[in-house]
Amino acid sequence: MPETVLETQGLTMRFGGVLAVAQVDFRLASHELRCLIGPNGAGKSTFFKCITGLLQPTEGQIFMRGRETTRWPAHQVASRGVGTKTQVPSVMDGLSVFENIWLAARRFLPPQAATRKADETITRLALGPIARGSPGRLAHGERQHVELGMVMAGDPWLVLLDEPAAGMTGGDVERLTEIVEEFTRTAAVVVVEHDMQFIRSIARIVTVFHRGAVLLEGHVDAVLADPAVRSVYLGQAA
Amino acid sequence: MREAGWSRELTGTLVAAACAVGVLPMLVSTYTLTVLVIYGMLGLSLGLVWGFGGILCFGQAAFFGLGAYTYAIAAINIGESTVPMLLAVAIPAGFAALLGAMLFYGRLTDVYLGVITLVVTLILHRFMNATAGSDYVIGNARLGGFNGIPGFQTLNVPGHPASYVWGDSLYYFCAACLLLVYLLVSALLRSSFGRIAVGIRENETRAALMGYDVPARKTVMFTAGAAIAGLAGALFANWAEIVTPRLFSLGQSADIIIWCIVGGLGTRIGPVLGAAGLSYLKFLLGQQGLIHNSVVSGAILVLFVLFLPGGIAPVLANAWRSVTQRRPRRRSPRRRGPRSSLASGDA
Ligand SMILES: Nc1ncnc2c1ncn2[C@@H]1O[C@H](COP(=O)(O)OP(=O)(O)OP(=O)(O)O)[C@@H](O)[C@H]1O
Ligand SMILES: [Mg+2]
Repeated sequence: MPETVLETQGLTMRFGGVLAVAQVDFRLASHELRCLIGPNGAGKSTFFKCITGLLQPTEGQIFMRGRETTRWPAHQVASRGVGTKTQVPSVMDGLSVFENIWLAARRFLPPQAATRKADETITRLALGPIARGSPGRLAHGERQHVELGMVMAGDPWLVLLDEPAAGMTGGDVERLTEIVEEFTRTAAVVVVEHDMQFIRSIARIVTVFHRGAVLLEGHVDAVLADPAVRSVYLGQAA
Repeated sequence: MREAGWSRELTGTLVAAACAVGVLPMLVSTYTLTVLVIYGMLGLSLGLVWGFGGILCFGQAAFFGLGAYTYAIAAINIGESTVPMLLAVAIPAGFAALLGAMLFYGRLTDVYLGVITLVVTLILHRFMNATAGSDYVIGNARLGGFNGIPGFQTLNVPGHPASYVWGDSLYYFCAACLLLVYLLVSALLRSSFGRIAVGIRENETRAALMGYDVPARKTVMFTAGAAIAGLAGALFANWAEIVTPRLFSLGQSADIIIWCIVGGLGTRIGPVLGAAGLSYLKFLLGQQGLIHNSVVSGAILVLFVLFLPGGIAPVLANAWRSVTQRRPRRRSPRRRGPRSSLASGDA
């Protein structure tokens, strides 16, 4: 039985009257790759924000590698080795792509080593041609890659990716699949996605969110064939 | 390679500063120049905090005034000027550390930050105005209310209270202080701390998700800016030989913000030039009665915001580059203002 690296117990987030996350019990094993799906507004992003400390959950507990991290501020969670890609790419537009990635590496490495790490990450993600420019003028898909580079440069052991395939074209998505596989060699990964083709290509176990709660959890084929899941999605997609 | 760039920049700064300090007294009296240098330092203090730290402080004048009052009060009580000078840096810095920690750990938004720094300045202004009478004394120093505090020991050679540093010497001393502060700010911005600060300016959430303690770092940045403003205040007290509540006035705070915008936010030299240039203009305008000062500063501010939102410094930098390098060569792509979206319009 592999070690559990992330666990939530009864995690709940309320915004006034809106129950965005409702009593979620979630467990993630080390090196696992988990996909999180669910219709718009299901609470996936809010769930991530509670884990990363960007939001303080109303109720419930969060454990990382056995240590309770509930209500830790975001920088403390990140410092423990949690890398996050937010739904809307969150990059530093006034800096170059290189500096964005350098800053991520610098958190865990001395300056010289951070420079090497940034160069290495840029090579790995084939960001060379845009490394000296600002991410501000890049297309959505390229910004996603820059953000992935920032996550990668921190060498996290837990990776949370919120809709990484959004705005990417066919070739980009293939590259993304490789990147995600690469992450799983050193980290446990949770991916939120709407792109079902992408989900099928990477997923093993899928967790379905609906109205803030976990509707179903299981192997990708079983989950996507499940009538309840289909109705939730079809009802939404129409 | 970075080191080579730094030593070249260092040489360039020293040469340019030496030329400016040497040549300017032939054009303008050193008495006027001294206060321009002091305002330059005050501009630099907000330029650091706002332009690089992304913290818009409406109350930079509070730290300036606090530095001046600290110097005056300490000088009356102590006599010799060395310790008062140090206190004039330390007390505004300590005050800023407390205030900053409250603001940044309280996670106030930028608007509230602006409002609170403004209100703090107003309170200090009101308070200092109300301190007339013999009830308000600190040691031997009477705060003096509206009239302020005159007659304190001015700057002396350390250990020699009778050898005053004044007139031309005060000018050279202030210029040396400004140069030193400028170099320290440059070094700070080249350091990891400085680069992380700029990262925080660009995107706080991302900085936190990278693992950087944003409130702690902003507090340090805010404190550094206040220390510089405090030093400028102490020098001002020595130049004016009196401190009055006007140091804390809203007009003063507004001026500092205008200096930064006109000079160029997100540059180091911009706020210095903006401060010195606009203050000199104010001085010239003060000698005639036709147009009122504030009309001119207002008009200048509006013109810059509309037509040159990046300020003067980027324009000067471009001109300098086209003079010094004929052949097109790639230079460091860094050095962009925080308002890149605004500034990107001009080539
Ligand atoms: N800051 C907030 N304040 C109030 N309500 C919020 C806030 N953030 C999210 N919500 C609400 O919480 C619910 C869950 O939103 P969330 O963004 O987590 O959904 P999601 O599953 O990520 O959806 P999507 O697939 O569209 O990204 C929604 O009803 C949303 O309106
Ligand atoms: Mg979402």
